[in-house]
Parts: sequence; C-alpha cells; structure tokens
Amino acid sequence: MTEVSISGKVILGLEGLGKIVSNLRREGYSVIAPVFEAGVMKLAEIESADDLPRGVRDQQEKGTYRAEQIEGERDLFKNNVSCFSYKSFLHDPHLCVFKAKKDENGFTIEKPEREEKRFAFFGIRSCDLTAMSKLDDVLLQGDYVDSAYDDRRKPVMNIAVNCTTSADTCFCASMNSGPRARANFDLALTEIIDDERHVFLCEVGSDEGAKLLCGVPFEDAPDEDDRAADVLIVAAAKMQMRSIDTSGIAELLQRVQTSHRFEEIAERCLACANCTMVCPTCFCTNIFDVTDLTGDNAERVRHWDSCFTLSYSQLHGGSVRQSVSARYRQFITHKLGTWHDQFGGIGCVGCGRCIAWCPTGIDITEEMAVFRQLAAP
Amino acid sequence: MQQRSTIAPNSFDALIPETARVTSVRKETVDTFTMDLDRGFRFEPGQFNMLYAFGAGEVPISISGDPADSSRLVHTIRSVGAVTKRLEALRPGDMLGVRGPYGEGWPMAKARGHDIVIVAGGIGLAPLRPVIYHALRHRDDYGNVVLLYGARSPEDMIFESELHRWRGRFDMGVKVIVDRAPSSWRTHVGVVTTLIPKVYFDPIDTIAMVCGPEVMMRFVVREFQNRGLTEDKIYVSMERNMKCAVGLCGHCQFGPEFICADGPVFRYDRVRDIIGIREI
Amino acid sequence: MTNKKPKLAVWKFASCDGCQLSLLDCEDELLAVADAVDIAYFPEGSSRMREGPYDLSLVEGSITTEHDRKRILEVRANSRVLITIGACATAGGIQALRNYADVKEFARAVYASPEFIETLDKSSPIKDVVRVDFELRGCPINKSQLLEVISAFLNHRKAAIFSHSVCIECKMRGNPCIMVTRGEFCAGGVTNAGCNALCPTYDRACFGCYGPNETANTTALAHRLTELGASPIDIQRLFHTFNAAAEPFASAGIKYAR
Repeated sequence: MTEVSISGKVILGLEGLGKIVSNLRREGYSVIAPVFEAGVMKLAEIESADDLPRGVRDQQEKGTYRAEQIEGERDLFKNNVSCFSYKSFLHDPHLCVFKAKKDENGFTIEKPEREEKRFAFFGIRSCDLTAMSKLDDVLLQGDYVDSAYDDRRKPVMNIAVNCTTSADTCFCASMNSGPRARANFDLALTEIIDDERHVFLCEVGSDEGAKLLCGVPFEDAPDEDDRAADVLIVAAAKMQMRSIDTSGIAELLQRVQTSHRFEEIAERCLACANCTMVCPTCFCTNIFDVTDLTGDNAERVRHWDSCFTLSYSQLHGGSVRQSVSARYRQFITHKLGTWHDQFGGIGCVGCGRCIAWCPTGIDITEEMAVFRQLAAP
Repeated sequence: MQQRSTIAPNSFDALIPETARVTSVRKETVDTFTMDLDRGFRFEPGQFNMLYAFGAGEVPISISGDPADSSRLVHTIRSVGAVTKRLEALRPGDMLGVRGPYGEGWPMAKARGHDIVIVAGGIGLAPLRPVIYHALRHRDDYGNVVLLYGARSPEDMIFESELHRWRGRFDMGVKVIVDRAPSSWRTHVGVVTTLIPKVYFDPIDTIAMVCGPEVMMRFVVREFQNRGLTEDKIYVSMERNMKCAVGLCGHCQFGPEFICADGPVFRYDRVRDIIGIREI
Repeated sequence: MTNKKPKLAVWKFASCDGCQLSLLDCEDELLAVADAVDIAYFPEGSSRMREGPYDLSLVEGSITTEHDRKRILEVRANSRVLITIGACATAGGIQALRNYADVKEFARAVYASPEFIETLDKSSPIKDVVRVDFELRGCPINKSQLLEVISAFLNHRKAAIFSHSVCIECKMRGNPCIMVTRGEFCAGGVTNAGCNALCPTYDRACFGCYGPNETANTTALAHRLTELGASPIDIQRLFHTFNAAAEPFASAGIKYAR
C-alpha cells in the first residue's frame, strides 16, 4: 500500500468504501450518512458501508418529496439531497449556554460539560459542503466565535459525493455550489456504474483524506474514468430545471423591498418556518432562561429560531415584522441579498430543500424570477 | 464589509456573563432608574452591555456613565419587560450578570474640532450622556456643544439635576422641551424638532448625534437637513430585538446591518434607504 | 419573594379533567410543586379545601352554564393570577362545536329527559368572561409546559412558551414533514407549538389540538390540503375539533362546512 499524492485520483470499489467507513470508525468518528427510513433519505449514523441504501430514487417537487427503493438496483448515490442538512449535527437545535445556581453570595455561573463528538459526513453533496463553509463564515469568521459550533466543526471529515443526478428542486449549478464538490472535502467520490463495474472515482482533498485510504484496495484512475465521471456530473448539472440569476441580486432585492408581491406570497405562506429549519445555512437562534420550581437553578438555553416567527423581531411595544410579507421579505432579502454585505457571497446554495419542504410549495427560484421581472426597467 | 468592532476576538464563552454587584439605584422617572455596578471597564460612548437577571434573561442596555470612570458601570433602564422589571427589583449588594461592551458608539474622534449637536428623546438621553461627559471633560477638543432634549412631560425627563447643572454652564447649550406640561412649566412645549431652528451651530462644521424613537429621529434628520446639515454628519442610534449581541443569533438585523456589531450608532446615510421602510 | 408559599387553586369548569390530571401526572415533579406552592384548593388531588384568596388559580374547562358564568367571576375575584389550562378553558373546547349547531337538539339526542338540562347556547373560553393572565394551550396540556408556567410564575419571569408553529418543534426533533412526504392532512403549520410535535413524531398528522398559532394562515393551508385531495368535510373537521371557537379556526371551519 502506497500513500496517494493529494492531487491524485484513484479508483476503488465497494470493498474500499467499506474500508473507509471502518477506518473512520476506528479513528473514533461517528459516520453520518443518508439512510432510507420510512420513505425518506435521512441523515443518521451508520456502522458500516452495508448500511448505505441501494437503488433509492427520490422525486422532489414544490411541497412534495417521494422516494422509493428499486429492487435490483445497485447504486448508492443516484439520489439527491437528504431531507435535513448537516446543520443539525454542527449547530445544535437545542443547547445549554450556561447554568446558574443561587447561593448565599448571589449566584454562580457554570459552563456545562459538553460531550465531545467527531463527525464524518459520508456522502455529503457539494451544496451541503458549500453550506458548511457559509455557516463557517457566520459562526467562525466574525469577531466572535460560536465555540459550540467550532467544537463540532473542527474535527469534521467530509467524504463528499459528486452528484450524478439532480432533483427537480435542485439549482446548485446556478448558485455555483455544485453538483461537483470543489473544496472543503477530504475525499470526493463519483459513482460509476457500467455493465462490468461498480466503482468510485475518488479524489483526495486533504492529507487526512489520504490517510483514510490506508488498507483500501485502489488503482490509479485512468483518464477515461476521470472523463466518464465528468460526463456524469455535467449531465447532472444540465438536468437542473431551476435556477436563480444571481447577477446584481443584492441590489435588485433592495429595489423591490416595498413590492406588493410580498403580500401575494404571504397569502400562500404559513410562516411555519419549515424553509428556515431545513435550510443548511439558516443559523438564527433564540436564547432564553428557564428555572426549576425552587427558583434556585436557572439555565440559559439556546434554540434554533426563525425569522418567520413573530417573536423574532420582538421589541418593547410589539414585533417589528407583524406581517408575514415582511417576514418573507426578511428571509429572501437576507438569504439572497444582504448576506453579501454581512458575510460576502450569497446565503443560498441551491439545495432546493426550502422548495420541497415548504408545505404550500413556495418556490424561491420562482419568486426571485418574479422580482427580477418587477425590477426590470 | 466594514471592520467589526475593536474588541478582541472572543469565543462563544462571550455569551457567558461575568457577575457584578449593584452599588446604587436611583429612580429617574416613574418607570426608569439608573443603576451603578461595582465593576468597570473601558467603553466608548454609545456602546452597550448585556445585563443578565438571574433566571429571567438578558437585555441590551446602553452604558450611561462616564467613560473616564472605569471603576464602575452605570446603566439607565426603563422597566418595560420581565427582565427589566427584575433588574428594577435589585437593591445595592444584589448580583447580576454583565458582558460587554458591545457595538459601535458615537463618533467622538470624528467630532473633534467640530460643533456637536445632541438630540435626545426620552430615555434616548441615556446612551448620549457619555458623549456629554466626554465632551465636557475634553472641552477644548470640541466647538459648540448643544443638547436638545425632548420628553413627554416634565416627569418623564431623566437626569434632571444634571440637566440643570449643564444648563448653568457657559460652555454648553441646553434646551429642553416637553410634549405637554402644567402651566407652571416655563420653557418650551412641543416636539424636539422645533428646537433645531432655535440653536446656533455651523452646518458645515457640525456633527449631530440623535437618539430616540425611530419616527422622532426621522423628523429630526429632516429638520437638520433643512438647516443644511448633510447626512454624513448625522448619526442615529438604532434598536432591534437583540439576543446574543455578538453577531451570531441573527435577531437584530436591520437591512444589511447587525445592530449589535455594526451599530447601534450609524451614520445616517448608511441607514437612510431602509429606515423608512415599513416593518423592515 | 417572601418565604410564605404562594397559594394555588385548581378549578374545573366544563371539561374532561384531563388537564388537571396533567398536574397529578407530574409524578416526580409533583413533590417539588407541593414544596414550592401551597396547594389550597384542588378537589381532584386533595379533599382538603381552603378558602381564598389565591395567588395562582389554574382554570380548566369552558363556560357552558349560567351557574359557571357566575362562578368564574368569583374565582377571578379571589385570584391574584389566573391561568387557563387547556383547549376548553382557552378556546371553548370540543364542546364549542355546539356553537355551530342547535344545542337543544343535541340535548334531545343525548339525554333521556332533556328538560332537566340547563345550558347556555355557546361554550365560551374563560377569557370571554373574565380577564386571563396567561393561556396554556393543548388538549390536554403538556405537563412540562405546565411546570414551566408555574416556575415562571413563581420566579417572576416570562414563561418559555412560544406561539410559533408546531413545524418548528417538529423539525427540531428531526421529523421529515409528513405533509410533504405523504400528503397527510397535517394542521401543524397553523397550530401552536407546545406538544413537542407529539403526533408527527409518531407518524400521525397534527390535528390542531393546541389551537391556532400566531398569524395562522388557515386559508393557505386549506387551499393546499384541497390540492392534496382533502374534501371540505376533512378541512372543516381539522379546524372544528378541539378549538372550534378560536379564530381563525372558527371562520375557516364555517367556510368549509357549507
């Protein structure tokens, strides 16, 4: 077994995939991968590569997600983004910020112990990889660091999968965040299936990634496999039916802030917050205190929050964003516009989850196209 | 993206306050009080702290004390919610949590060598008091210093004895106005904007600092513009829901700005395009 | 706070007792509750009943008789803080279905001697009759929310109880939306959180027992449910079950009843 150079691409088989998973687990990683459960691709811990479901096909449309497992199909990755993003693992939905205890001097504050966890994301798609770097921008790159996120994020290993198919809701190509994994991965796999073979073209993205290939049987990738993978990825991009034209988008959204279109959207919007919950870059949290009945023990708790709730913009005298139209405006202008001023770039990666998982099927790409039309001179 | 505040990078543990004790509490109005704490740190006029009441939660409160006095922290608080009510109940010796200072304050350095016109409404005087302390302490650094203060009624004015003291000075102009007053009230009645034409300042050589309700600030800005003051010389202090104060929780967004990190004080031209939009 | 324990009373109006039982169901925490408050009046839990005034009254049930209408006035007069618990007290409960029907006809159908039944035409939430300090939702209420409300009352803080949708709790639990995956007729998107998404977690659609959430958009939900194949009756039932008298469930239900 030789070490592979970082820029090298190799070909490995199913056995190799299994070895990568066991290498990760031996290193103490919880290996998180999409698994097929009750008709949905969910992210969960796997014990071996055998837990990866075969032949799952999903259809994602506005407000609709359906998936089924096709008997006899061998593929592992010919499906699309899972219902939740990896945010759930890195940016806890519930977190204790600190505990405070009353005593004779007043009270003392203590930081809770937090279990150390090392996650390996096996099968992460490039939209979610990009989303992770966007969360990094928000939670790690400012003056203040979210150390709860940092603790989880630092040890993460990313075994990415290049998409060889796209859902109807995918629009990563237009957001320049897929379907090929370009950065932030330790290994990136492209699944190639033909009459004779079921193999994975594996690109090494880091030294740690290279070490994962220890004990994995592989061969140097011939050029034709590299080209075959390219063809598959390009085809996935071409399949995409949705897109957002991002040119001048921040400025465009500034111009339509008082548009009546927001009221029309609000007629369809439940303000249920599903879009922000499944969004891989939505990071907002609420922080509040709870006490026990004695009143001697307090806990400061942090939860996921959403700009779609009324309390999100609560000030003395009521919420600033009373109307749902103002809340949707906050969502879309932040995600696609003001994110640029705050963190650089755009807050959307085109994973399409907000479209599929909106119970009433509001489509951000459709709405953006309308706003572009409305803003046209 | 503008450079975030000058505070050294810190970890998430920045959400964990330090404990402090109350040393004194003074009532300002029926619902407003000023509280001194036994710890101090350097801060810029206009910056704020997060105050934690045990078991109730945190609130952002601007620092209303003297920036030259690092032996204590002074906050002026209006008791309007569950947390501020709990803070109001604290007595000397009681403990609370404090973390800060946060945010971008008033442009004291930029104002050097210029006239300063301060316009405050109600409790909006609290974050501007450090400006007055600083300007009076470094009196030669500034030109005219003028304070225009509006309150609903004489009873709603904060820092009353200091207002008298400042009014007695020869090196500072103070005008006070109330929305309504008993017949014994011997000075102005009306809105604070009406004071702007009544005071002397050189519009090309003035920095204006404004804090009060959003609608008041918009009218004040308009009045300043009538006097020839340009938007880049007017500063306003904004407010939105705030939970973390360190740019991580998302709540205090105001268009592209985070009030906690980019503000609360903004040069007016930076917020001009969004301040008037409904429910922004 | 003084050392004297606050006096607690628990009152029953037209209801099934399920919400009161949530208090008894607290088991481990019940001792802590008994330690923190003086349970002065709680017929369901203790035969020892003491006179008011009470610091905290928990009120279960709706107002359906003239007698109860007068009784709640007394309860209010004797209570410093009054908190309603459950869908009956907060929204009129399942018995508010009578508000959209002929109560005399109901009485004839149910009772052998309907002439002995004296009842009001409508089932009303407590807030329609007296001032209410806080309303705890649910059918029945969630015991941890009840403990939270009592803790918040004792500690003079705002209760960590939210008025957003069930969806937020559902997603924080990691449940894929069953309306999206299976086209279930789920009311979660317009229903107040608080149950920790109990039904969807057990793979069943939310039927709105916590009542409408803040700015509940029943029109948009009904429209989508129709697209998913729901009949007007399905939609009417979704809105007119436990919180039939709470707007906007009330109007939405009426609209689809036709």
